[in-house]
Amino acid sequence: MAKRVGLEVSVAVGDAAKLADVDVVAAYPITPQTHIVEHLAELVANGELRAAYIPVESEHSAMSACLGASAVGARTFTATASQGLELMHEVLYVASALRLPIVMAVVNRALSAPISIWCDHSDAMAVRDSGWIQMFVENGQEAVDNVICAFRIGEDRRVLLPVMIHLDGFSLSHVIEPIILPEQSEVARFLPPYDPPLPLDPEKPVTVGAFAPPFIYTEVKWAQEMTLEGAKEVILECWREFANTFGRHYSPVESYRTEGAKVLLMTMGSLSETAMVAVDKMRDEGKEVGLIKLRLWRPFPFAELRQAVRDAEVLIVLDRALSFGGPGGPVCSEVKAALYREARRPEVVGFVGGLGGRDISMADFEEMVNQGIKLAEAGSEREFEIFGVRE
Amino acid sequence: MVRELEKYLRPGIGVTTYCPGCGEAILMGLILRAIDELGLNMDDMLFVSGIGCAAWIPSPYFNADTLHTLHGRTIAFATGAKLANPKLKVMVISGDGDLADIGGNHLIHGARRNIDLTVICANNMNYGMTGGQVCSTTPVGAVTMTTHQGNPFPPFDLCRLVRAAGAVYVARYAVTQPLPLIRSIKKALQTEGFSFIEALTPCPVQFGRRNKLGKPAEMLKSLMARCVMKERAEKLSPEELKDKIITGEFTDGRD
Ligand SMILES: Cc1ncc(C[n+]2csc(CCOP(=O)(O)OP(=O)(O)O)c2C)c(N)n1
Ligand code: SF4
Ligand SMILES: [Mg+2]
Repeated sequence: MAKRVGLEVSVAVGDAAKLADVDVVAAYPITPQTHIVEHLAELVANGELRAAYIPVESEHSAMSACLGASAVGARTFTATASQGLELMHEVLYVASALRLPIVMAVVNRALSAPISIWCDHSDAMAVRDSGWIQMFVENGQEAVDNVICAFRIGEDRRVLLPVMIHLDGFSLSHVIEPIILPEQSEVARFLPPYDPPLPLDPEKPVTVGAFAPPFIYTEVKWAQEMTLEGAKEVILECWREFANTFGRHYSPVESYRTEGAKVLLMTMGSLSETAMVAVDKMRDEGKEVGLIKLRLWRPFPFAELRQAVRDAEVLIVLDRALSFGGPGGPVCSEVKAALYREARRPEVVGFVGGLGGRDISMADFEEMVNQGIKLAEAGSEREFEIFGVRE
Repeated sequence: MVRELEKYLRPGIGVTTYCPGCGEAILMGLILRAIDELGLNMDDMLFVSGIGCAAWIPSPYFNADTLHTLHGRTIAFATGAKLANPKLKVMVISGDGDLADIGGNHLIHGARRNIDLTVICANNMNYGMTGGQVCSTTPVGAVTMTTHQGNPFPPFDLCRLVRAAGAVYVARYAVTQPLPLIRSIKKALQTEGFSFIEALTPCPVQFGRRNKLGKPAEMLKSLMARCVMKERAEKLSPEELKDKIITGEFTDGRD
C-alpha cells in the first residue's frame, strides 16, 4: 500500500507525471512552475524516468515540441504559468484541434503588467476557450490524482483531447502537504499505455493539420465541440474507476456542508480550503452557509452546477480574474448563464478578489457572505463587486 | 558602485535585489560609469529590459525612463521606441536567456535591420532569476537545475551570432575587465547602429554553487584568469586557448 508522505506539491506533481510514465517532457522554466519541471529533469537525468526531457528556449517551443511528440504517439507532459501559458496560446488551439492528449500542469499566476509572480486565475481564464479539458485542484493530493487521471481521460479514444490541471501558484505549488503517491504498478493498471489511433508513422503516412476551406471548417469545429462536451461522461467514468481503485472520490462540482444552506459560496482552487474553514465557523455560529467548489471547468458541468445550487437563495461566486469591461469574473458570468433558464435559481452575486496574490482569509469569506446577502436583498447596479480594493 | 554614481539612481533606492557577490551588480555600476564619463543626460535616455535578474539593472533603479516588459521581447519594444522617437538614446540591458533564448529571434533581426540600439547582454550562463536552469550560453557539461548530468548542448557564441546577423559594433568583456568594458560601453553608445556587448558576469548563487566554482571572489578570480584579449589570443595555440574566453572588440563597424 502506498504511504502518505510529506511532499512539496510541485515535486508530487512531477512524481505523478513520472508515475504516468511519460515519454516526453518539453518545458521552459517560469516561476512558480519551476520545481515541477526541475524535478522531472532530475528524474530523467538519474534514470528513474525513461523519457526525453527537452529544455527548450521558450514556452512557444515547449508546447510546439509537446505537440510534435504527441503527434508521433508519445505520452507528453509539460507545465507552465502565466506569461508562459500566454506565449503558448496559439499552439494550445492547435493541440486541441489536432486531438493530441498532452497533459499540462498550469501553476496559476497573475498576468503582467505590472509584473506579479503571485497567484490569480487570469492566466487560466485567458485560455478558457482553447478547447482543452480543464480542471482546478485545491490541494496536492488532488493535483497528483488528477494528473494521473488526465492522461487516462485525454488518451481515451472517445476523447483524445489535451488536459490542463490548474493549481494555484505558491499557496499550493510550494507548500508541503501529506500526499499519497500511488504505487507505480497500480497506476500502470489504471492507466493503460497510450495507443494513438493515427500517429505520424512513415509506414502509414497521415496528413495532420492541413487546410480547411469554409465548406468543412464549421463541421470540424462542431465535431471538436461535441467531443469536448462528450468528454464529461468519460471524466465521470474515470473518476468512478479512480475511486474504486484508489479510494479517493472526485466530482465536477463539489458541495461542502450545503444541507439546508440558504447561502452558498462558490470557489475554485486552493482558496476552497480556506472557504471550508470559514463555512465551518459560520455553521458553528448557526448561519446556514455552504460551499460549492467548481473543479471541472471545461467541459462546463451545467447539470451538476444547477443541481448543486437549486435550493439556495443566494449564491456568492468568487472569481480570481477580471474580464475587463465585461460582465464581471468569467466564472460568475458563466454561472449566471448556466442558471438563466432555471425557473428556480438563487440570486447570484459576483465578487472579484484575490488578484495578484492578494490573500483571501477566513474573515474575508465571512465578510463576503455578509456583503453578498445584503447585495442580494438590496440589489446592485453593478455587474460585480471588487473585493477588498483600496479606493 | 561608488557613491558619486548614486545620482543616477532613483531617489530612495537603498539596496538592490542582487544576491551578495553577483556580477550583475558590478555591471550596473560599470554601465553608469560609462554614461557618466560620456556626460549623457539621463533624461534623453530610455532603458529597455526584459525579465530576469539582469533586467533589473536599469529597472526600477535608474533615474531615467525605464521600460520593464516581457521576457524576450526586449529588442522588439526598444525598436518601436527608437523608431517612434529617434531622439531617444535607447539602451537595452537584459540577460542571456532573455536576449538569446526566448528573445533570440528579435536579437538577430534587430541586428539585421541595424536599429540604432545599444544592447548589453549580461551573460551569466544560466537563467539566474528562475533558479538556475540551462541556457543557450551554458557551457557543455555544466550542471544546472535542468541538466543534472551536465549540459549536453554546445553554447552559442553570441558575438559571432550577432555579428553574422549584421551588428555594427560587437564586443565581449567580463565584469572583471572593468576599464575595457567601460570603454566598450562608451564606444557602443557612440556608435550609430546596432551595437552589442556580451558582458560576462558570474552568478555565484545559481550557477557557481552547483558547479562548485567557489565563493564569489573565487569566481571573479577564475573569470579574470580565463579571459584573454583577442589580440593576445591570436598568438596562442589551441592547446593554450583551451578553457579560455576570448574578449575584445570583434567588429567596430569598420571592417
Ligand atoms: C514568457 C515567460 N517565460 C518564462 C518566464 C520566467 N523567467 C523569468 S526570468 C527568466 C530567465 C532569465 O534569464 P536571463 O535572461 O539569463 O537573466 P538572469 O536572471 O540570468 O540575469 C525566466 C525563464 C517569464 N517571465 N516569461
Ligand atoms: S541569481 Fe545569480 S544572477 Fe541573479 S542576482 Fe543572484 S547571483 Fe546574480
Ligand atoms: Mg542569465
